[in-house]
Amino acid sequence: MRDLVIIGGGPAGMSAAIAARESGIQDILILERDGQLGGILQQCIHNGFGLHMFGEELTGPEYAWKYEKKVNELGIEYKLNTMVLDITEDKVITATNSNDGVFQIKAKAIILAMGCRERSKGALNIAGTRPAGIYSAGTAQKYVNTFGYLPGKNVVILGSGDIGLIMARRMTLEGSKVHAVCEIMSYSGGLARNIEQCLNDFNIPLRLEHTVVEIHGKDRLEGVTIAKVDQNRKPILDTREYIPCDTLLLSVGLIPENELSKNANIKLSNITNGAVVDQDRQTSVGGIFACGNVLHVHDLVDFVSKEAEIAGKAAAEYIKSGKKQSFVIPIKTDGKIRYTVPQIITEAKDVTVYFRVSDVYKNAKIIITDGDKAILSKSKAKLAPGEMEKIMLKTEQIKNVKELHFSLEV
Amino acid sequence: MYDIAIIGAGIIGGMTARALSKYNLKICILERENDVAMGATKANSAIVHAGFDAKEGSLKARLNVQGSKMMPTICKELGVKYKNNGSLVIGFDNEDRDTLNELLKRGIKNGVEGLRIIGKQELKQIEPNLSNDVLCALYAPTGAIICPYDLTIAAIGNAMDNGAELKRNFAVESIDETSNGYTIKSLNDSVEARFVINCAGIYSDKIAKLIGDNSFDVHARRGEYILLDKECGDMVAHTIFRTPTKMGKGILVSPTVDGNLLLGPTSVDIIEKENKATTQDGINEVIKKAKENLSALPLAKTITSFCGLRAVGSIGDFIINSPKKHFINAAGIESPGLSASPAIAEYIVELLSKQGLKLVENQNYNPIRTSSHTFFEASIEEKNQMIKKNSAYGRIVCRCEGITEGEIIDAIHRNPGARDLDGIKRRTRAQMGRCQGGFCGVYITEILSRELEISFEKVTKFGGQSVINVAKTKGGTPQ
Repeated sequence: MRDLVIIGGGPAGMSAAIAARESGIQDILILERDGQLGGILQQCIHNGFGLHMFGEELTGPEYAWKYEKKVNELGIEYKLNTMVLDITEDKVITATNSNDGVFQIKAKAIILAMGCRERSKGALNIAGTRPAGIYSAGTAQKYVNTFGYLPGKNVVILGSGDIGLIMARRMTLEGSKVHAVCEIMSYSGGLARNIEQCLNDFNIPLRLEHTVVEIHGKDRLEGVTIAKVDQNRKPILDTREYIPCDTLLLSVGLIPENELSKNANIKLSNITNGAVVDQDRQTSVGGIFACGNVLHVHDLVDFVSKEAEIAGKAAAEYIKSGKKQSFVIPIKTDGKIRYTVPQIITEAKDVTVYFRVSDVYKNAKIIITDGDKAILSKSKAKLAPGEMEKIMLKTEQIKNVKELHFSLEV
Repeated sequence: MYDIAIIGAGIIGGMTARALSKYNLKICILERENDVAMGATKANSAIVHAGFDAKEGSLKARLNVQGSKMMPTICKELGVKYKNNGSLVIGFDNEDRDTLNELLKRGIKNGVEGLRIIGKQELKQIEPNLSNDVLCALYAPTGAIICPYDLTIAAIGNAMDNGAELKRNFAVESIDETSNGYTIKSLNDSVEARFVINCAGIYSDKIAKLIGDNSFDVHARRGEYILLDKECGDMVAHTIFRTPTKMGKGILVSPTVDGNLLLGPTSVDIIEKENKATTQDGINEVIKKAKENLSALPLAKTITSFCGLRAVGSIGDFIINSPKKHFINAAGIESPGLSASPAIAEYIVELLSKQGLKLVENQNYNPIRTSSHTFFEASIEEKNQMIKKNSAYGRIVCRCEGITEGEIIDAIHRNPGARDLDGIKRRTRAQMGRCQGGFCGVYITEILSRELEISFEKVTKFGGQSVINVAKTKGGTPQ
């Protein structure tokens, strides 16, 4: 029996471990599938990490190293190259690695910090052939930054998620020509600063309301046909345009990796694809917590670390006191507000609620009610799906409510 | 000098090679691609048909029924998954019901066991996710599912273990008769053999024409498919066919042996031999028809779509004959070719024997090949034994399908060894899960590069020019 087992040694897992240790938990084990701690940060060699947490711009590996050093200083145990195969509802973890073989651990508490994966090309059903030369942006990033190989010279990028934008710049710096970044929506899902620094600074065209409709090439990709889309996101045939290229990178969304959570019967949200959690990031299974991109996809790693602190502290509290959720206030959204995290509140205390909107809204008013009367409202000049918002609720604002409604007035 | 040259390493070539490797014969399999199972074998509906479809008295009917009966034993010997899930041909109206009754009669004449028509109530009980509009169905308990490329890889691997040879990237350019057989040439290689078997799929008419046999043509019939995540694999238990029309068997919905859900295929004849591009129309048609079959279709769980080519012969039946001494055609092997393949192989052996091939049993013949899908399905104790023996089994490379480095290395070194990323995919299922190689493709490239002792830039997706990386980065590669 272990006190706390953390699945994943990326930024979420490390930050949660440190917070739990600092809250007095000695017996902590991190299980990491890769050969080093840090997760995806290790391939993110660009800067821009840490502005919120450390007030300085760090690269991904530098940011990871700050946490890894702390994990080592605090003597937190971790196992690398270790893959978790299964988690059960009663918190038995089955994992495997080359040294220990397959082993099982029963834990008092578990923190899920497995991160997310990129949506693949297969899921898009793009017509055409199936040549080599098509990669998700993160896969290309790994080839370039970790292994030192260049996937191709003439590039089209589909989707303007942050990794796609970062790779547009990275491939350009490696001497490849990025011909276009196509985005099916009328706005980019990436951060404004990445549009500026990764596309505009390098004169890479962002083709909004455009998508790839056909893939060409037998062995290796030879070109793609792109087209403008109408209001229903259907391609308009006579806007078709052929772009010769040997590489297509996809940055079309990230999906929290919750296959293990399903094994443990954890209730998942079909909007975030992550667990439904309370203010402590506790899931529907008592003693199992979730944080980072496995819970919902974050814009910045700084926010991941912050969220993981909440989960780490709460897991420590759970281990020490075994406290149960006493009541449940559900948080409902109106659709314009796509989702909130947490989705429920189980304790009357100050809670910061994070949320995302489903479209670009200008001069909008966020209104929070108890289903009847207003509790709080806040005006915003601009809201976009790519930027996570947050709002703080005070203890006295929520202690007597039965439910909370988040809506947007535009 | 080989006794036998088999042209084409698909399911027919593979099964034939295995059937012949039981005897003391020097066998060579010639394959134009970088791997086996690259043609019609690679992308089809993966069904072992019960045998009620083909017209009584045809080769198709006889070899289908015979082949599907042989299939369970062969799969067991080769360590290949075989699932006898049964099939249902669903009907929506009385016209369909009449057709199903005809199919039932034909099936009984063909010798198919256990066929019966079932009504809506029973149907809803055994398949609750079927559309409410379904009226009745023909139930065929002997229908089964299988993985066609897994079976082919295993059959060829087993034949190779028993002495057969495989030549890849050998595209036949000419076949010349010699005093005691044939000389078969590719652009840069040549092979001599006493007997030649033409199992060249969509190219089998071209191969036949090389020796002057112009008696048939083969054309490609495109079939587009959609594959859904394993989460959807139990939406139906049986293979669900539509009542056939003049246009063919229609769009089916079937679980796969690996637990995914398969939808398709379309059916479009083409003039050119190769066109495996998917189309928006085709994908839309699959979606539309599959939606008619089921009450709900979770398309958001799509993990890939693809197009396969069936080799359709010009005479309406399998073309298995000997147009010239010591030369056998096995052509036009369209559906139910996979189901019939073990029987086709036996039939070819029979034809060879009639032509004077001496069949002396190979005393060292071993019909057994162990499964390639070892780790994921093993018990914890078995897993630990594997890891203890070889620590590479402790490292999971493909997280979606739970495939270890040990299995990937094994796939590279075991007959017929994987030479490219897609080869690893078909042998191990690594890269075949929901992330489609997003995470593990990089590591598999690294393993291929190391085990085959080739540089990163030489690793391909499926041979030829299908390279994954084109150059080193400016900073070069780290140690």
